Amino acid sequence: MVTATALEAELLELAGSVPDPELPVLTLQELGVVRAVHLHDGDTVEVDLTPTYTGCPAIEAMSVDIEQVLRAHGMREVTVRTVLTPAWSTDDISPEGRRKLQEFGIAPPRVRGGASGPVPLTLAPTRTEDGPTRPAAPTAPTGPITLTDPTAPIGPATLTDPAALTDPAAPSDLTGPVRCPHCGSAETELLSRFSSTACKALRRCLACREPFDHFKEL
Amino acid sequence: MTATGPATVPVTAALALGDDALVLSHRLGEWAGQAPVLEEEVALANIALDLLGQARFLLSMAGDEDELAYLREERAFRNLQLAEQPNGDFAHTIARQLYFSTYQQLLYAELAAGEGPFAPLAAKAVKEVTYHRDHAEQWTLRLGDGTETSHERMRRACEALWKFTGEMFQPVEGLDADWAGLDRRWQESVADVLGRATLPLPEGPRTGAWSAGAGRQGLHTEPFGRMLAEMQHLHRSHPGASW
Repeated sequence: MVTATALEAELLELAGSVPDPELPVLTLQELGVVRAVHLHDGDTVEVDLTPTYTGCPAIEAMSVDIEQVLRAHGMREVTVRTVLTPAWSTDDISPEGRRKLQEFGIAPPRVRGGASGPVPLTLAPTRTEDGPTRPAAPTAPTGPITLTDPTAPIGPATLTDPAALTDPAAPSDLTGPVRCPHCGSAETELLSRFSSTACKALRRCLACREPFDHFKEL
Repeated sequence: MTATGPATVPVTAALALGDDALVLSHRLGEWAGQAPVLEEEVALANIALDLLGQARFLLSMAGDEDELAYLREERAFRNLQLAEQPNGDFAHTIARQLYFSTYQQLLYAELAAGEGPFAPLAAKAVKEVTYHRDHAEQWTLRLGDGTETSHERMRRACEALWKFTGEMFQPVEGLDADWAGLDRRWQESVADVLGRATLPLPEGPRTGAWSAGAGRQGLHTEPFGRMLAEMQHLHRSHPGASW
């Protein structure tokens, strides 16, 4: 939003800070569903919200929550509009959102990517022979960096280290495996294309045998 | 639910697409509590939910979604007769899903590529419908290429619903689509799946006197009235009731 005022930016941040009603570990901003905030007359505001799935029942709860938050911030009239274009994609989930999903026990969606543009790559500690190692402390850069970005900080692993790609936190593209969010194993199988909500598939880990939800790519 | 869109909407087309989605959603919802396994219970309900979301947007383009869903008489519905067919056994539901989701995926992909008033919804929904079609395909393969019993029941289901498939490609006013091309691609796609499932492509007419084909004109099959009675009963008995 080029023309956003400071107040609009503030309201956008507030609307984006609302937790998702079904996945409360994520905020709406991390889910990538709050598109814009338009302020009129100082205290009348319009929020553009896009649904993850067309039939997602959570969108009404999201609208109510956004209204409450913005009213509490002094807005007299809050209208939440549902916008469809451009269609939401799981690629809109932020890197932080992906990390939280995994911590919550849900395998994050793999990156669909476009035909053009670099595929985001997250660097992570190398694996040891004992198996995958989770980052001990958030000292390593956690945001995605791209191979084409020469200014990006380099973490403990190097770009040429193939082990960097096998960390469960690293988003893989559609040709990569869906990793178990509990033990990191790449050996998992699909149990059902549809799970507890429309946006998830049900899988099982063949290594630790735990069933888990996978936020499927859309 | 408010949807943003152009001021002029082809109402006939919005009703046709919206009613397909609403009616099939209700049929799939009837499986709740009765599906063969828990995973399918969840899958069919999720597909129904996606369709209900489409229906809400489409009917809202044509008028008030609740009035259109709950207060129209049978003859005012414009859905395909295929969508209203009873669930039957699980094979019938899967055959209906295969036929319908293949149609919807092809049609939405075409609408999404255009610039008409349905392009935004179609672009969104086609991604979801791809999962519906994949679900139907996997089950068709498993049942067709399964046991003697599952093969026979899947074959019967595909044949029973075949006569409802010609209607899908009658042009709908307000929808800019290559209907003959869609029909051809639909037949190729279904023939491919059935072939891999070791099932014969059904014979018999898809259009004409011995086939179905007037749902878009408001003529429906007998089971539709009973379905509608159940779907509309609560709202008609208690107007404006809410949770």
